Amino acid sequence: MGTGAGFSADRLDPAVDLARRGNLNAIVFECLGERTLAAGLREKLVDPSLGYNPLLETRMRTILPFCRANNTCLITNMGAANPLAAGNLVANVAGKLGLQGMRIAVVTGDDVTDLLNDNTRLFEPGCTLKDFEQPVVGANAYLGAEGIVQALQQKADVVITGRVADPSLFLAPLQHFFEWQYNDWMRAGAGTMIGHLMECAAQVTGGYFADPGYKNVDDLVSVGFPIAEVQPDGTAIITKLTGTGGCVDLRTVKEQLLYEVHDPARYLTPDVTADFSSARLNSEGVNRVSISGAHGTERPQELKVTVAFDGGFLGEAELSYAGPGAEERARMANEIVDERLRHVHGIRTTLRCDLIGVSSLHHTLGQYEMGSKDVRIRCAIRTPDRNEAENLLWEVESLLCCGPAGGGGYRGNIQSSVLTYSTFVDRAQISPRLDILDV
Amino acid sequence: MTQRIPLREIAHARAGDKGNRSNVSVFAFDAKHYSILVDQITPERLKQTFGALFTGPIQRYLLPQLSGLNFVLDEALEGGVNESLNLDSHGKSWSSLILSLEIELP
Repeated sequence: MGTGAGFSADRLDPAVDLARRGNLNAIVFECLGERTLAAGLREKLVDPSLGYNPLLETRMRTILPFCRANNTCLITNMGAANPLAAGNLVANVAGKLGLQGMRIAVVTGDDVTDLLNDNTRLFEPGCTLKDFEQPVVGANAYLGAEGIVQALQQKADVVITGRVADPSLFLAPLQHFFEWQYNDWMRAGAGTMIGHLMECAAQVTGGYFADPGYKNVDDLVSVGFPIAEVQPDGTAIITKLTGTGGCVDLRTVKEQLLYEVHDPARYLTPDVTADFSSARLNSEGVNRVSISGAHGTERPQELKVTVAFDGGFLGEAELSYAGPGAEERARMANEIVDERLRHVHGIRTTLRCDLIGVSSLHHTLGQYEMGSKDVRIRCAIRTPDRNEAENLLWEVESLLCCGPAGGGGYRGNIQSSVLTYSTFVDRAQISPRLDILDV
Repeated sequence: MTQRIPLREIAHARAGDKGNRSNVSVFAFDAKHYSILVDQITPERLKQTFGALFTGPIQRYLLPQLSGLNFVLDEALEGGVNESLNLDSHGKSWSSLILSLEIELP
Protein backbone atom coordinates (compact mmCIF):
# COMPACT_ATOMS: atom_id res chain seq x y z
CA MET A 1 0.00 0.00 0.00
CA GLY A 2 1.22 3.51 -0.72
CA THR A 3 0.29 7.06 0.16
CA GLY A 4 -0.57 9.37 -2.73
CA ALA A 5 -1.14 12.50 -0.65
CA GLY A 6 -0.78 13.43 3.01
CA PHE A 7 -2.74 16.66 2.91
CA SER A 8 -5.02 18.64 0.63
CA ALA A 9 -2.31 20.52 -1.27
CA ASP A 10 0.27 17.73 -1.38
CA ARG A 11 2.56 17.15 -4.38
CA LEU A 12 1.38 15.04 -7.31
CA ASP A 13 4.60 13.70 -8.90
CA PRO A 14 5.55 11.38 -5.98
CA ALA A 15 2.03 9.89 -6.21
CA VAL A 16 2.41 9.32 -9.95
CA ASP A 17 5.75 7.61 -9.34
CA LEU A 18 4.16 5.30 -6.74
CA ALA A 19 1.14 4.50 -8.89
CA ARG A 20 3.41 3.81 -11.86
CA ARG A 21 6.10 1.59 -10.35
CA GLY A 22 5.12 0.91 -6.72
CA ASN A 23 3.47 -2.46 -7.43
CA LEU A 24 0.67 -1.42 -5.07
CA ASN A 25 -2.58 -3.10 -4.09
CA ALA A 26 -3.91 0.21 -2.81
CA ILE A 27 -2.98 3.87 -2.96
CA VAL A 28 -4.51 6.24 -0.42
CA PHE A 29 -4.87 10.00 -0.80
CA GLU A 30 -5.47 11.60 2.61
CA CYS A 31 -6.48 15.17 1.91
CA LEU A 32 -8.84 16.32 4.64
CA GLY A 33 -7.84 18.21 7.78
CA GLU A 34 -9.85 20.28 10.25
CA ARG A 35 -8.90 23.34 8.23
CA THR A 36 -9.65 21.86 4.80
CA LEU A 37 -13.06 20.41 5.71
CA ALA A 38 -14.00 23.85 6.99
CA ALA A 39 -12.83 25.31 3.67
CA GLY A 40 -14.97 22.76 1.78
CA LEU A 41 -18.04 23.58 3.83
CA ARG A 42 -17.50 27.26 3.12
CA GLU A 43 -17.17 26.63 -0.64
CA LYS A 44 -20.30 24.51 -0.67
CA LEU A 45 -22.21 27.37 0.96
CA VAL A 46 -21.29 29.60 -1.97
CA ASP A 47 -21.78 26.92 -4.67
CA PRO A 48 -23.66 23.70 -3.70
CA SER A 49 -21.91 21.78 -6.51
CA LEU A 50 -18.48 22.37 -4.91
CA GLY A 51 -16.92 21.55 -1.55
CA TYR A 52 -14.63 18.70 -2.62
CA ASN A 53 -10.84 18.89 -2.93
CA PRO A 54 -9.85 21.45 -5.59
CA LEU A 55 -7.08 19.14 -6.90
CA LEU A 56 -9.42 16.15 -7.31
CA GLU A 57 -9.78 16.37 -11.07
CA THR A 58 -6.06 16.92 -11.72
CA ARG A 59 -5.08 14.06 -9.43
CA MET A 60 -7.60 11.61 -10.88
CA ARG A 61 -6.82 12.45 -14.50
CA THR A 62 -3.16 11.74 -13.85
CA ILE A 63 -3.39 8.72 -11.52
CA LEU A 64 -6.36 6.66 -12.71
CA PRO A 65 -4.71 5.24 -15.86
CA PHE A 66 -1.88 3.81 -13.72
CA CYS A 67 -4.39 2.40 -11.21
CA ARG A 68 -6.16 0.62 -14.06
CA ALA A 69 -2.90 -0.66 -15.60
CA ASN A 70 -1.54 -1.99 -12.29
CA ASN A 71 -4.80 -3.14 -10.71
CA THR A 72 -4.39 -0.74 -7.79
CA CYS A 73 -7.43 0.49 -5.91
CA LEU A 74 -7.56 4.15 -4.96
CA ILE A 75 -9.06 5.36 -1.69
CA THR A 76 -9.45 9.02 -0.82
CA ASN A 77 -11.31 11.45 1.41
CA MET A 78 -11.07 14.12 -1.30
CA GLY A 79 -14.88 14.15 -1.31
CA ALA A 80 -14.49 16.53 1.65
CA ALA A 81 -17.77 18.39 2.17
CA ASN A 82 -19.38 16.99 -1.02
CA PRO A 83 -18.45 13.33 -1.69
CA LEU A 84 -21.29 12.68 -4.15
CA ALA A 85 -20.30 15.59 -6.38
CA ALA A 86 -16.71 14.35 -6.17
CA GLY A 87 -17.78 10.81 -7.13
CA ASN A 88 -19.64 12.11 -10.16
CA LEU A 89 -16.62 14.13 -11.20
CA VAL A 90 -14.33 11.08 -10.90
CA ALA A 91 -16.76 8.96 -12.94
CA ASN A 92 -16.74 11.69 -15.55
CA VAL A 93 -12.95 11.86 -15.64
CA ALA A 94 -12.67 8.05 -15.86
CA GLY A 95 -15.16 8.06 -18.76
CA LYS A 96 -13.15 10.67 -20.65
CA LEU A 97 -9.99 8.62 -20.09
CA GLY A 98 -11.74 5.62 -21.64
CA LEU A 99 -11.56 3.57 -18.43
CA GLN A 100 -14.73 1.60 -19.20
CA GLY A 101 -16.03 -0.59 -16.39
CA MET A 102 -14.28 1.37 -13.66
CA ARG A 103 -16.36 1.27 -10.49
CA ILE A 104 -16.47 4.30 -8.23
CA ALA A 105 -17.96 4.00 -4.76
CA VAL A 106 -18.97 6.99 -2.67
CA VAL A 107 -19.14 6.63 1.11
CA THR A 108 -21.34 9.17 2.88
CA GLY A 109 -23.10 9.30 6.21
CA ASP A 110 -20.55 11.53 7.91
CA ASP A 111 -22.81 14.59 7.59
CA VAL A 112 -24.67 14.49 10.91
CA THR A 113 -26.02 18.04 10.97
CA ASP A 114 -29.53 16.60 11.49
CA LEU A 115 -28.45 14.83 14.68
CA LEU A 116 -27.54 18.08 16.43
CA ASN A 117 -29.99 19.81 18.73
CA ASP A 118 -30.06 22.68 21.23
CA ASN A 119 -28.64 20.44 23.97
CA THR A 120 -25.66 19.18 21.93
CA ARG A 121 -22.60 19.86 24.07
CA LEU A 122 -19.62 21.52 22.39
CA PHE A 123 -16.23 20.70 23.86
CA GLU A 124 -13.68 23.51 24.12
CA PRO A 125 -16.19 26.33 24.45
CA GLY A 126 -17.78 23.95 27.01
CA CYS A 127 -21.36 24.96 26.34
CA THR A 128 -24.44 23.74 24.49
CA LEU A 129 -25.24 24.54 20.88
CA LYS A 130 -28.11 26.72 22.07
CA ASP A 131 -25.85 28.78 24.35
CA PHE A 132 -23.27 29.21 21.59
CA GLU A 133 -25.87 31.12 19.54
CA GLN A 134 -24.14 30.77 16.17
CA PRO A 135 -25.57 29.20 13.00
CA VAL A 136 -24.07 25.79 12.17
CA VAL A 137 -22.31 25.55 8.79
CA GLY A 138 -21.92 21.78 8.97
CA ALA A 139 -21.31 18.85 11.31
CA ASN A 140 -19.28 15.81 10.26
CA ALA A 141 -18.69 12.62 12.19
CA TYR A 142 -15.44 10.71 11.85
CA LEU A 143 -16.49 7.45 10.17
CA GLY A 144 -14.31 4.34 10.40
CA ALA A 145 -13.14 1.73 7.91
CA GLU A 146 -16.52 -0.01 7.61
CA GLY A 147 -18.00 1.86 4.62
CA ILE A 148 -14.76 1.58 2.64
CA VAL A 149 -14.50 -2.17 3.35
CA GLN A 150 -18.05 -2.57 2.02
CA ALA A 151 -17.11 -0.63 -1.10
CA LEU A 152 -14.03 -2.82 -1.68
CA GLN A 153 -16.14 -5.96 -1.16
CA GLN A 154 -18.32 -4.66 -3.99
CA LYS A 155 -15.20 -4.45 -6.14
CA ALA A 156 -14.88 -0.68 -6.21
CA ASP A 157 -11.76 0.56 -8.03
CA VAL A 158 -12.03 4.02 -6.51
CA VAL A 159 -13.53 4.86 -3.11
CA ILE A 160 -14.42 8.48 -2.41
CA THR A 161 -15.32 9.58 1.11
CA GLY A 162 -15.94 12.68 3.15
CA ARG A 163 -14.87 12.74 6.79
CA VAL A 164 -13.33 9.38 7.66
CA ALA A 165 -10.67 9.05 10.35
CA ASP A 166 -7.32 9.25 8.56
CA PRO A 167 -5.90 5.86 9.64
CA SER A 168 -9.20 4.18 8.72
CA LEU A 169 -8.51 4.96 5.05
CA PHE A 170 -5.52 2.60 5.34
CA LEU A 171 -7.00 0.05 7.75
CA ALA A 172 -9.91 -0.56 5.34
CA PRO A 173 -7.90 -2.12 2.48
CA LEU A 174 -5.98 -4.25 5.00
CA GLN A 175 -9.20 -5.54 6.55
CA HIS A 176 -10.49 -6.26 3.08
CA PHE A 177 -7.41 -7.94 1.55
CA PHE A 178 -6.48 -9.97 4.65
CA GLU A 179 -10.11 -10.60 5.66
CA TRP A 180 -9.50 -9.28 9.17
CA GLN A 181 -12.76 -9.09 11.11
CA TYR A 182 -13.70 -5.62 12.35
CA ASN A 183 -13.58 -6.90 15.94
CA ASP A 184 -10.11 -8.41 15.63
CA TRP A 185 -8.97 -5.55 17.84
CA MET A 186 -5.30 -6.53 17.85
CA ARG A 187 -5.08 -6.36 14.07
CA ALA A 188 -7.25 -3.26 13.96
CA GLY A 189 -4.70 -1.69 16.33
CA ALA A 190 -1.81 -2.86 14.15
CA GLY A 191 -3.45 -1.63 10.93
CA THR A 192 -4.28 1.68 12.59
CA MET A 193 -0.64 2.15 13.58
CA ILE A 194 0.42 1.49 9.98
CA GLY A 195 -2.26 3.89 8.73
CA HIS A 196 -1.19 6.51 11.22
CA LEU A 197 2.42 6.28 10.01
CA MET A 198 1.33 6.51 6.37
CA GLU A 199 -1.39 9.16 6.54
CA CYS A 200 0.89 12.21 6.23
CA ALA A 201 2.83 10.86 3.24
CA ALA A 202 6.29 12.49 3.19
CA GLN A 203 6.20 13.13 6.94
CA VAL A 204 7.50 9.57 7.41
CA THR A 205 9.98 9.72 4.51
CA GLY A 206 11.99 12.79 5.49
CA GLY A 207 9.51 15.65 5.01
CA TYR A 208 8.69 17.95 7.96
CA PHE A 209 11.94 16.62 9.41
CA ALA A 210 15.07 18.10 7.82
CA ASP A 211 17.13 20.41 10.04
CA PRO A 212 20.43 21.09 8.29
CA GLY A 213 23.44 20.12 10.36
CA TYR A 214 21.31 18.18 12.83
CA LYS A 215 18.96 16.06 10.75
CA ASN A 216 20.31 16.03 7.21
CA VAL A 217 17.98 14.78 4.49
CA ASP A 218 18.99 14.39 0.87
CA ASP A 219 16.92 15.62 -2.03
CA LEU A 220 13.64 16.85 -0.57
CA VAL A 221 13.12 18.27 -4.06
CA SER A 222 12.05 14.79 -5.12
CA VAL A 223 11.07 13.24 -1.79
CA GLY A 224 9.41 9.86 -2.25
CA PHE A 225 6.05 9.04 -0.68
CA PRO A 226 5.85 6.00 1.62
CA ILE A 227 5.07 2.36 0.93
CA ALA A 228 3.91 -0.06 3.63
CA GLU A 229 4.67 -3.72 2.94
CA VAL A 230 2.14 -5.28 5.28
CA GLN A 231 2.06 -8.91 6.45
CA PRO A 232 -1.19 -10.74 7.31
CA ASP A 233 -0.23 -10.58 11.01
CA GLY A 234 -0.25 -6.76 10.97
CA THR A 235 3.48 -6.19 11.04
CA ALA A 236 4.92 -4.06 8.27
CA ILE A 237 7.93 -2.46 6.70
CA ILE A 238 7.80 1.25 5.93
CA THR A 239 9.89 2.13 2.89
CA LYS A 240 9.91 4.17 -0.31
CA LEU A 241 10.81 3.72 -3.97
CA THR A 242 14.47 3.55 -4.98
CA GLY A 243 15.69 6.64 -6.74
CA THR A 244 13.47 9.01 -4.75
CA GLY A 245 14.66 11.65 -2.29
CA GLY A 246 14.19 11.80 1.45
CA CYS A 247 14.85 9.02 3.97
CA VAL A 248 13.04 6.43 6.06
CA ASP A 249 14.87 5.74 9.30
CA LEU A 250 14.13 5.21 12.99
CA ARG A 251 14.03 8.96 13.60
CA THR A 252 11.49 9.76 10.85
CA VAL A 253 9.27 6.85 11.88
CA LYS A 254 9.43 7.72 15.59
CA GLU A 255 8.48 11.33 14.95
CA GLN A 256 5.52 10.32 12.83
CA LEU A 257 4.41 7.60 15.27
CA LEU A 258 3.56 10.27 17.86
CA TYR A 259 2.42 12.98 15.43
CA GLU A 260 -0.93 14.35 16.63
CA VAL A 261 -1.09 11.58 19.24
CA HIS A 262 -2.07 12.30 22.84
CA ASP A 263 -1.95 9.22 25.11
CA PRO A 264 0.03 6.69 23.01
CA ALA A 265 -1.66 3.83 24.89
CA ARG A 266 -5.13 5.05 23.94
CA TYR A 267 -5.27 6.33 20.37
CA LEU A 268 -8.99 6.51 19.70
CA THR A 269 -10.35 5.99 16.21
CA PRO A 270 -13.84 4.90 15.12
CA ASP A 271 -12.38 1.39 14.54
CA VAL A 272 -10.39 0.63 17.66
CA THR A 273 -8.75 1.87 20.83
CA ALA A 274 -5.21 1.50 19.53
CA ASP A 275 -2.16 1.19 21.75
CA PHE A 276 1.14 2.41 20.25
CA SER A 277 2.93 2.51 23.61
CA SER A 278 4.71 -0.81 23.11
CA ALA A 279 5.52 -0.24 19.42
CA ARG A 280 8.78 -1.77 18.24
CA LEU A 281 10.80 -0.25 15.42
CA ASN A 282 13.79 -1.86 13.76
CA SER A 283 16.08 -0.71 11.02
CA GLU A 284 16.08 -3.31 8.23
CA GLY A 285 18.63 -1.62 5.96
CA VAL A 286 18.65 1.58 3.95
CA ASN A 287 15.24 3.29 3.94
CA ARG A 288 13.50 0.27 5.49
CA VAL A 289 12.04 0.25 9.01
CA SER A 290 9.96 -2.59 10.39
CA ILE A 291 7.12 -1.87 12.79
CA SER A 292 5.36 -4.22 15.18
CA GLY A 293 4.04 -4.41 18.73
CA ALA A 294 0.82 -2.41 18.40
CA HIS A 295 -2.14 -3.53 20.48
CA GLY A 296 -5.81 -2.80 20.29
CA THR A 297 -8.97 -3.07 22.37
CA GLU A 298 -12.62 -2.45 21.63
CA ARG A 299 -13.59 0.61 19.60
CA PRO A 300 -15.18 3.63 21.32
CA GLN A 301 -18.97 3.73 21.55
CA GLU A 302 -19.06 7.40 20.63
CA LEU A 303 -17.82 9.02 17.44
CA LYS A 304 -16.16 12.42 17.34
CA VAL A 305 -18.02 15.06 15.38
CA THR A 306 -16.56 18.33 14.13
CA VAL A 307 -19.13 21.11 14.17
CA ALA A 308 -18.37 24.13 12.00
CA PHE A 309 -19.71 27.64 12.51
CA ASP A 310 -19.45 30.82 10.51
CA GLY A 311 -16.26 32.43 11.78
CA GLY A 312 -16.65 35.77 10.04
CA PHE A 313 -13.62 37.17 8.27
CA LEU A 314 -9.88 36.97 8.77
CA GLY A 315 -8.17 40.16 7.61
CA GLU A 316 -4.38 40.25 7.30
CA ALA A 317 -2.15 43.08 6.12
CA GLU A 318 1.64 43.31 5.85
CA LEU A 319 4.29 45.95 5.17
CA SER A 320 8.08 45.80 5.35
CA TYR A 321 10.91 47.96 6.67
CA ALA A 322 14.58 47.23 6.12
CA GLY A 323 18.01 48.68 6.88
CA PRO A 324 19.14 50.67 9.94
CA GLY A 325 16.30 51.30 12.40
CA ALA A 326 13.98 48.84 10.64
CA GLU A 327 12.75 47.34 13.89
CA GLU A 328 11.98 50.74 15.47
CA ARG A 329 10.13 51.91 12.36
CA ALA A 330 8.13 48.68 12.15
CA ARG A 331 7.24 48.89 15.82
CA MET A 332 6.06 52.48 15.32
CA ALA A 333 3.96 51.36 12.33
CA ASN A 334 2.19 48.70 14.42
CA GLU A 335 1.46 51.23 17.16
CA ILE A 336 -0.06 53.61 14.60
CA VAL A 337 -2.30 50.89 13.14
CA ASP A 338 -3.48 49.83 16.59
CA GLU A 339 -4.26 53.37 17.69
CA ARG A 340 -6.03 54.38 14.47
CA LEU A 341 -8.20 51.27 14.41
CA ARG A 342 -9.35 51.97 17.94
CA HIS A 343 -9.67 55.75 17.85
CA VAL A 344 -10.51 56.60 14.24
CA HIS A 345 -12.60 53.54 13.36
CA GLY A 346 -13.86 52.64 16.84
CA ILE A 347 -12.93 48.97 16.43
CA ARG A 348 -12.80 46.97 19.68
CA THR A 349 -12.06 43.55 18.15
CA THR A 350 -8.77 41.88 19.14
CA LEU A 351 -5.96 42.96 16.83
CA ARG A 352 -2.70 41.05 16.55
CA CYS A 353 0.38 42.91 15.37
CA ASP A 354 3.51 40.85 14.66
CA LEU A 355 7.02 41.96 13.77
CA ILE A 356 8.16 39.28 11.33
CA GLY A 357 11.92 38.97 11.77
CA VAL A 358 11.72 39.99 15.43
CA SER A 359 8.69 38.29 16.95
CA SER A 360 5.82 36.64 15.12
CA LEU A 361 5.22 32.90 15.49
CA HIS A 362 6.49 33.00 19.08
CA HIS A 363 5.27 36.57 19.68
CA THR A 364 3.17 35.59 22.71
CA LEU A 365 6.36 34.58 24.55
CA GLY A 366 8.33 37.71 23.72
CA GLN A 367 10.99 38.27 21.11
CA TYR A 368 14.34 37.02 19.90
CA GLU A 369 17.54 39.07 20.07
CA MET A 370 17.34 42.72 18.97
CA GLY A 371 18.89 44.14 15.89
CA SER A 372 17.01 42.61 12.96
CA LYS A 373 17.37 44.88 9.95
CA ASP A 374 14.65 43.34 7.78
CA VAL A 375 11.28 43.44 9.50
CA ARG A 376 7.77 42.95 8.21
CA ILE A 377 4.72 44.06 10.15
CA ARG A 378 1.77 41.73 9.96
CA CYS A 379 -1.55 42.83 11.43
CA ALA A 380 -4.45 40.39 11.75
CA ILE A 381 -8.04 40.61 12.89
CA ARG A 382 -10.89 38.10 12.97
CA THR A 383 -14.29 39.73 12.87
CA PRO A 384 -17.90 39.06 11.89
CA ASP A 385 -17.94 42.51 10.26
CA ARG A 386 -16.17 42.65 6.90
CA ASN A 387 -15.86 46.43 7.21
CA GLU A 388 -13.55 46.03 10.18
CA ALA A 389 -11.24 43.80 8.15
CA GLU A 390 -11.32 46.30 5.28
CA ASN A 391 -10.45 49.13 7.64
CA LEU A 392 -7.45 47.15 8.89
CA LEU A 393 -6.16 46.71 5.34
CA TRP A 394 -6.78 50.39 4.64
CA GLU A 395 -4.85 51.50 7.71
CA VAL A 396 -1.84 49.34 6.92
CA GLU A 397 -1.78 50.43 3.27
CA SER A 398 -2.09 54.11 4.19
CA LEU A 399 1.16 53.77 6.16
CA LEU A 400 2.87 53.94 2.76
CA CYS A 401 2.48 57.74 2.78
CA CYS A 402 1.47 58.54 6.36
CA GLY A 403 3.65 56.09 8.32
CA PRO A 404 7.34 55.77 9.18
CA ALA A 405 10.06 56.21 6.54
CA GLY A 406 10.76 53.64 3.91
CA GLY A 407 7.82 51.25 4.22
CA GLY A 408 7.29 49.02 1.17
CA GLY A 409 5.77 45.81 -0.07
CA TYR A 410 2.20 46.17 1.15
CA ARG A 411 -0.02 43.10 0.82
CA GLY A 412 -3.52 42.70 2.21
CA ASN A 413 -5.94 39.80 2.20
CA ILE A 414 -9.43 39.12 3.56
CA GLN A 415 -10.80 35.60 3.70
CA SER A 416 -14.00 34.23 5.16
CA SER A 417 -13.41 31.90 8.03
CA VAL A 418 -15.07 28.92 9.74
CA LEU A 419 -14.79 28.04 13.44
CA THR A 420 -14.80 24.36 14.42
CA TYR A 421 -15.56 22.63 17.70
CA SER A 422 -16.00 19.00 18.67
CA THR A 423 -18.87 17.01 20.06
CA PHE A 424 -19.61 13.28 20.33
CA VAL A 425 -22.47 11.19 18.96
CA ASP A 426 -23.41 7.60 19.81
CA ARG A 427 -22.23 5.37 16.97
CA ALA A 428 -25.60 3.61 16.87
CA GLN A 429 -27.04 6.78 15.37
CA ILE A 430 -24.58 6.81 12.47
CA SER A 431 -24.14 4.39 9.60
CA PRO A 432 -22.18 4.75 6.38
CA ARG A 433 -24.08 4.89 3.11
CA LEU A 434 -22.71 3.57 -0.15
CA ASP A 435 -23.41 4.79 -3.68
CA ILE A 436 -21.94 2.95 -6.64
CA LEU A 437 -21.18 4.69 -9.94
CA ASP A 438 -20.11 2.51 -12.88
CA VAL A 439 -18.27 4.04 -15.82
CA MET B 1 31.81 19.24 35.32
CA THR B 2 28.39 19.88 33.84
CA GLN B 3 27.97 21.43 30.43
CA ARG B 4 24.98 23.55 29.37
CA ILE B 5 23.84 22.91 25.80
CA PRO B 6 20.65 23.47 23.78
CA LEU B 7 18.30 20.49 23.82
CA ARG B 8 18.54 20.51 20.01
CA GLU B 9 22.08 19.08 20.30
CA ILE B 10 20.84 15.78 21.73
CA ALA B 11 17.19 15.52 20.72
CA HIS B 12 14.73 15.96 17.87
CA ALA B 13 11.06 16.90 18.08
CA ARG B 14 7.83 17.16 16.11
CA ALA B 15 4.66 19.16 16.82
CA GLY B 16 1.07 18.29 15.92
CA ASP B 17 -2.34 19.82 16.55
CA LYS B 18 -5.92 18.78 17.27
CA GLY B 19 -8.33 21.61 17.97
CA ASN B 20 -6.79 23.88 20.60
CA ARG B 21 -4.50 21.12 21.88
CA SER B 22 -0.91 20.72 20.73
CA ASN B 23 1.39 17.76 21.18
CA VAL B 24 5.13 17.82 20.89
CA SER B 25 7.14 14.60 20.88
CA VAL B 26 10.81 14.75 21.86
CA PHE B 27 13.29 11.93 21.15
CA ALA B 28 16.90 11.49 22.21
CA PHE B 29 19.19 10.96 19.22
CA ASP B 30 21.17 8.57 21.43
CA ALA B 31 19.39 6.28 23.93
CA LYS B 32 21.99 7.14 26.59
CA HIS B 33 20.51 10.66 26.81
CA TYR B 34 16.92 9.51 27.38
CA SER B 35 17.15 9.73 31.17
CA ILE B 36 18.44 13.30 30.90
CA LEU B 37 15.32 14.23 28.94
CA VAL B 38 13.11 12.53 31.52
CA ASP B 39 14.84 14.41 34.35
CA GLN B 40 15.06 17.83 32.76
CA ILE B 41 12.24 18.23 30.24
CA THR B 42 9.28 18.13 32.58
CA PRO B 43 5.74 19.51 32.31
CA GLU B 44 6.59 21.87 35.20
CA ARG B 45 9.55 23.27 33.29
CA LEU B 46 7.53 23.79 30.09
CA LYS B 47 4.80 25.51 32.08
CA GLN B 48 7.32 27.72 33.82
CA THR B 49 9.15 28.68 30.62
CA PHE B 50 6.33 28.86 28.09
CA GLY B 51 3.27 29.35 30.32
CA ALA B 52 2.16 32.49 28.50
CA LEU B 53 1.61 30.35 25.37
CA PHE B 54 0.92 26.91 26.89
CA THR B 55 -1.98 28.16 28.98
CA GLY B 56 -3.61 24.83 29.95
CA PRO B 57 -2.52 21.69 31.77
CA ILE B 58 0.49 19.77 30.39
CA GLN B 59 0.62 15.98 30.38
CA ARG B 60 3.74 13.92 29.64
CA TYR B 61 3.86 10.32 28.36
CA LEU B 62 7.07 8.28 28.38
CA LEU B 63 8.13 5.78 25.69
CA PRO B 64 11.44 4.36 26.92
CA GLN B 65 11.82 1.82 24.08
CA LEU B 66 11.77 4.75 21.62
CA SER B 67 13.82 7.07 23.87
CA GLY B 68 10.86 9.38 23.51
CA LEU B 69 8.59 11.70 25.49
CA ASN B 70 5.22 12.97 24.34
CA PHE B 71 3.89 16.27 25.70
CA VAL B 72 0.21 17.04 25.40
CA LEU B 73 -0.38 20.77 25.80
CA ASP B 74 -3.97 21.81 26.43
CA GLU B 75 -5.11 25.28 25.36
CA ALA B 76 -1.77 25.87 23.72
CA LEU B 77 -2.77 26.98 20.21
CA GLU B 78 -4.29 30.41 20.85
CA GLY B 79 -7.66 28.99 19.79
CA GLY B 80 -6.59 26.39 17.23
CA VAL B 81 -6.19 26.28 13.47
CA ASN B 82 -9.50 27.90 12.53
CA GLU B 83 -9.47 30.53 15.28
CA SER B 84 -5.95 31.63 16.14
CA LEU B 85 -4.56 34.94 14.87
CA ASN B 86 -1.06 33.48 14.93
CA LEU B 87 0.52 32.99 11.49
CA ASP B 88 1.49 29.53 12.75
CA SER B 89 -2.06 28.59 13.67
CA HIS B 90 -1.13 24.88 13.81
CA GLY B 91 1.71 25.51 16.29
CA LYS B 92 4.09 23.68 13.93
CA SER B 93 6.99 25.68 15.38
CA TRP B 94 6.34 24.64 19.00
CA SER B 95 8.83 21.81 18.40
CA SER B 96 11.60 24.33 17.74
CA LEU B 97 10.53 26.28 20.81
CA ILE B 98 11.03 23.24 23.05
CA LEU B 99 14.33 22.34 21.34
CA SER B 100 15.60 25.80 22.32
CA LEU B 101 15.54 24.83 26.02
CA GLU B 102 18.93 24.48 27.66
CA ILE B 103 19.86 21.26 29.38
CA GLU B 104 22.68 20.29 31.69
CA LEU B 105 24.86 17.46 30.47
CA PRO B 106 26.68 15.74 33.34
